[in-house]
Amino acid sequence: MGLKNFCLKKSLWLFHFAGASCNNCDIEILDVLTPRYDVERFGMQLIGSPRHADIILVSGSINQRDKPRLLEIYNQASKPVFVVAFGACGCTGGIFAEGNTFAGPVDKIIPVDAYIPGCPPKPEAILAGISKLVKTI
Amino acid sequence: MAEQLFYFFIYPGLIFAGVIGGLLAWFDRKITAKVQFRKGPPVLQPFYDFLKLLLVKETILPARGSRITFLIAPMFSLIGATLAAVFILLPLMNINIGFQGDLLVIFYLLTMPSLFYVIGAMASGNPLASVGASREIKLIISYELTFLLVFAAIIMKAGMTINLQEIIQMQAGGSAFIGSISGVLLFIAGLFCVQAKLGLVPFDIAEAETELSEGSFIEYSGTAYALIKYTKYIMIFILPALLVGFFMAGFNWEGMGILWSILKLLLVVLLLTLIRNTNPRLKVKQAMRFFLVGMNILVVVAIILTYFGL
Repeated sequence: MGLKNFCLKKSLWLFHFAGASCNNCDIEILDVLTPRYDVERFGMQLIGSPRHADIILVSGSINQRDKPRLLEIYNQASKPVFVVAFGACGCTGGIFAEGNTFAGPVDKIIPVDAYIPGCPPKPEAILAGISKLVKTI
Repeated sequence: MAEQLFYFFIYPGLIFAGVIGGLLAWFDRKITAKVQFRKGPPVLQPFYDFLKLLLVKETILPARGSRITFLIAPMFSLIGATLAAVFILLPLMNINIGFQGDLLVIFYLLTMPSLFYVIGAMASGNPLASVGASREIKLIISYELTFLLVFAAIIMKAGMTINLQEIIQMQAGGSAFIGSISGVLLFIAGLFCVQAKLGLVPFDIAEAETELSEGSFIEYSGTAYALIKYTKYIMIFILPALLVGFFMAGFNWEGMGILWSILKLLLVVLLLTLIRNTNPRLKVKQAMRFFLVGMNILVVVAIILTYFGL
């Protein structure tokens, strides 16, 4: 068990799901890959296919059209997979929470392991959130 | 029998080539990070990735598609890469059981991983994977001829001997092949063929992350993807090692020779990494034109120069 968890902790691959996002959170996610924050030194990297994902980052408010797609992506990912609700819209719905097409915050749709609040969260906040998630593994 | 199994599974084969290849994969990622002014991953990162995929993650089979072919393809690509590793590394490590004509065997075995990636991608039934597979096939068509011509030119330079051990010994006695004009041209062509075989950036058309999301490997997860990763680690070791054997007089495991051997290998991997980091991805058409026109002319010129002894 020790070796398995150790390897999982050391190599978390991120898959980025953007709902109806204003793209600000998406740009902040790219910021943690830059030389200043360099998330690859913890073994994390952004990957393209949900089949390889260990963490699904969900940013943006989830509306009626995003909901089935988010569920499908979650079911496609190979388990164990962790879900991180990202930004104010991902955590609670933010300013869209009372909107007509809003389909509930992420944790109403799929189980969420960590929340990173902020509009958008700073790169430091992202690193802090991910490292808290790693400690729970 | 026990000796052959030892060769295949442990010393120059599966485990040894995989471990050294994993370290070279780390070197590649670290240099990439340094080029981009980042810090880069820890030394054992490729092994963490491999063990995580092998032990922790779930393997998902495609609902529509041939499941048996889907699972067998990574195994065969690993077997092909390991056999190629044995035939390349036995002469390079000075264990003399090379035979006449082993270069041709090596050439065919080196094609096996790419071909089985294509078969596995086709078996998965995913449209993006089949686009990736068709691109991989186009890439194979374009670089294989150049790679074969490089082999032919090396055989011609070595005085018509089709034996890796004899080619290496000939260079160790006299001068290395890279010391001549034709040798430099052949090295350039061989380096680009290796780049395409490894699927590194100017030629990562088949697994384009941005538009095909990993292309041929999109459906692979868990253990099957771990085998593909392991195949890639072996390939990133044996292909530069083959270039070192062809052009730089192989490895020498005595005294200071050990240091030079390691530096030669790292130099070839460094060149591959720098090409990877300073180029954008080509289109299929551009890659085919690059190999079928540019590189083939380069190799033919090198063969003509070889004929005149340059």
